Amino acid sequence: MDKIVRLWTRYSGIYIKGLGGTLWMSAVTICIGTLLGIFVALLRMSKWKLLRAVADVYVEIVRGTPALLQLYFFWLVVPKVVHFPISDTQCIVLGLIFNAGAYISEIIRAGLQAVDKGQWEAARSLGLAERNVMSRIIMPQAIKNILPALCNEFITTIKGTSLASVFFINELMTSYKTVNSATFLAVQSLCIAGFIYLLLNVTLSRLVKLLERRLQSSDR
Amino acid sequence: MTDEIIRTEDLCKSFGKLEVLKGISTSIRRGEVVSIIGPSGGGKSTFLRCLNLLEVPTSGKVFFEGTEITARKEKINLYRQKIGMVFQSFNVFPHLTVLDNITLTPILEKKIPKAQAEREAMELLERVGLTEKAGEYPGRLSGGQKQRLAIVRALAMQPDVMLFDEPTSALDPEMVKGVLEVIAGLARSGMTIVIVTHEMGFAREVSDRVLFICDGIIKEEGPPEAIFTMPRDPATIRFLSMVL
Repeated sequence: MDKIVRLWTRYSGIYIKGLGGTLWMSAVTICIGTLLGIFVALLRMSKWKLLRAVADVYVEIVRGTPALLQLYFFWLVVPKVVHFPISDTQCIVLGLIFNAGAYISEIIRAGLQAVDKGQWEAARSLGLAERNVMSRIIMPQAIKNILPALCNEFITTIKGTSLASVFFINELMTSYKTVNSATFLAVQSLCIAGFIYLLLNVTLSRLVKLLERRLQSSDR
Repeated sequence: MTDEIIRTEDLCKSFGKLEVLKGISTSIRRGEVVSIIGPSGGGKSTFLRCLNLLEVPTSGKVFFEGTEITARKEKINLYRQKIGMVFQSFNVFPHLTVLDNITLTPILEKKIPKAQAEREAMELLERVGLTEKAGEYPGRLSGGQKQRLAIVRALAMQPDVMLFDEPTSALDPEMVKGVLEVIAGLARSGMTIVIVTHEMGFAREVSDRVLFICDGIIKEEGPPEAIFTMPRDPATIRFLSMVL
């Protein structure tokens, strides 16, 4: 315990910098990943078979392969196919977005499909234009299912960024590696990283609970 | 020219291999109350849902006020605004208050000012005895109240015809009467009504015409007295002997 405190006083700067990297990557991943997820979810509900098939294959690939493999793939392939210089960090963030987009599209699709079919029919039978059916009737009800699941996906994403340490990109697990190689206090430096993750994610999941309760109370 | 409001020509609908409607041609006059009866799975609801294209017919035509609505799908919501529909499962919008359930579509699609839409909604709520529920969410309403809300929500669009798809089948017995009274009141006020129902007494009392739909076709039709007292088709006779 003593050593942990001393480690923290000495190396807190490195951990905080790593935390910054973790938060930054998570935020970018979830924001762009959500846009990608909405797009893919709409593709998967499209009338066109080909679009549906493409989206399905994408989701299957993401779900059927390890996230680490996907990151390696982006890290190796993206610099070769783009015609401008791209950093490792950018490749990895692209990989994380690619990964999160598939899971988020599932969340959104499930959320939309959980809305009773009768709601679509009633809204249409009144003569509401299709975009109003979606924005006024279906979305407000789907959001109750989507938002909590999306927040949980955010937590998953935060933990997922730790994979970036494999590529020595600035984030919390990389901070652990740095501190460990400077001090050889492996367990202690790992515990500090663990505490920070725990603090972050427990806080977040509490907020999600609060949000869920809010959303449910508006039902009555 | 007869004053017909809806006409169908050789309406057919299949779900995959299952032929549900096998050619239904009929027309409904303005102000007419038409009850559709028949055994479950016979195509009654599917026929009704084809009238506002909630189900797209496999073949055949639907005319609304002289226009073939099966021909130009892109403007179907404009026709749906004139065709009110009430469902077995109410389908009120749970995330909106009772008042907002009613005013949403008039405000959005007919561009009626909010104050006017709310005034009209309150008048409608008064007609069905729900005035004091205006600010509540539908979760607080009983089944009968939800269905009465669904009826006035459709009426708020001032439709030319109202379609009812087994409006009392999901209700507790003690709620049925209140809802039927509202529908009977509408019928008396001259509204054109097409209703799929298992309430034979009601069909007999309020309808101008009864359609007996079975196996995807109109097996028999006529004034309620004729259908109920001297049915001619063997299928009608069998069906009525079971339900009456």
